[in-house]
Amino acid sequence: MIRSSTVDLSVRVTDMGVEENPLSAPLAAVVRNHIPGATGITNLKRLSGGASQETWSFDVTTAGKEPVLLILRRAPGGARDSRATAVPLETEARLIDLAGHADVPVPTVRHVLAPDDGLGHGFIMDRIAGETIARKILRDDEFAAARPKLARQCGEILARLHRIKMESLPPLRTSPARSEIIQYLETYKAHGHPHPVFELAFRWLRDNAPPETTAHTLVHGDFRNGNLMIGPDGVRAVLDWELAHIGDPMEDLGWICVNSWRFGNIDQPVGGFGSREDMFEGYESAGGLKIDPARVKYWEVLGTLKWGVMCTIMVTAFKSGTDRSVERATIGRRSSETEVDLLRLLAPRN
Amino acid sequence: MQDQPTAAELVEAVAEFIRNHAMPQLQGHTAFHARVAANALDIVKRELEIAPSANTGEAARLKALLGREGTLQELNRELCARIENGSIGLETPGLTDHLWATTLTKLAIDQPNYSGYKRAVEDGR
Repeated sequence: MIRSSTVDLSVRVTDMGVEENPLSAPLAAVVRNHIPGATGITNLKRLSGGASQETWSFDVTTAGKEPVLLILRRAPGGARDSRATAVPLETEARLIDLAGHADVPVPTVRHVLAPDDGLGHGFIMDRIAGETIARKILRDDEFAAARPKLARQCGEILARLHRIKMESLPPLRTSPARSEIIQYLETYKAHGHPHPVFELAFRWLRDNAPPETTAHTLVHGDFRNGNLMIGPDGVRAVLDWELAHIGDPMEDLGWICVNSWRFGNIDQPVGGFGSREDMFEGYESAGGLKIDPARVKYWEVLGTLKWGVMCTIMVTAFKSGTDRSVERATIGRRSSETEVDLLRLLAPRN
Repeated sequence: MQDQPTAAELVEAVAEFIRNHAMPQLQGHTAFHARVAANALDIVKRELEIAPSANTGEAARLKALLGREGTLQELNRELCARIENGSIGLETPGLTDHLWATTLTKLAIDQPNYSGYKRAVEDGR
């Protein structure tokens, strides 16, 4: 585990007696150097969500012009992410840039942090107005006109994302279905509690794995509600590229269909807002590969199992004492949600 | 045998206290965590009411399926091992019925409002 240029996050008290965030001064210096006309920053605040990365919102003041609204995405405390599956933030910034050039809606990256900036690892990007909270997107009137369009837009966006030229990509791990299964099987076994439904799903996934010859592309890896910035006009930005990898493009189409991301709208398989048919049509019309619905279902099963395993291992942090919150404890009692979803997929009763 | 009130009734009373009396006096994160705590007590209450007889049924099904005796933990481990090595699978008579019954019980305790659970209950009628 490499840790470098960690930045002290504790709030210090200035001689004026006013609490000042220690990020303020280095961030103001960075924007003055890299944003034309910038004079300083205001309204710096940490946004909730994104446990693995820090996300800060701030406004750049400019001489005589409108403020520029930005986001700082930064490793916790400025250190590099130690998880094996997450891409470095510099890679994430590069992928967002490539995606933008491929007409995938993304925030423009304004600056990738350098060691001299004194802010650790991360990057600065535009702040896009919109909503990421699924319950609002799926229920509020503001998004009523957007909802019927979203599944098709998701298909179109994924087609463009998957067409990004492989030779233009930064180094990424390659993770076809078989290696995803091995990774999650190890995690499940290490946890130790028996889940016969998970075993059945692992067995089914091994027996039905896509052939080794399946064509690989860039895969976003976490394309779902929560990581899509939505406005009344539709999808405005695809966020959180930290799980990007090389793999089966059908993975992204299956993941967004996992019932956990439908937030109660069980009959709208794509994110709780649309149909598979709309997403598939959008995908093929925007130049994506021919859809294989069986392989999309395969990835929906794998995605459901992944989320189930993740819920069970939340218990580990609770039992070890790392996180004694009731919230953490009760997430373990949500793995059964994925078991009923897996049975509905693999052994339907009707 | 313990005296009244029952464990389920005690847990229910504490959940009611949190929701009706403590939560209105709390704010922000603390109020949110109080809601989560009350929901956790609801899980405990349902488990106290449902699990004893459901676990007896689960053990009986597992013994029939596996042809051996053991604790619930041992029997579940054995089932997992046999599913993993392929000696029991979707085509094995009784397996899917057993998994459905066990899973629906888990959801009835853990998350009875979950969309997938409600739909599965409707489908089974």
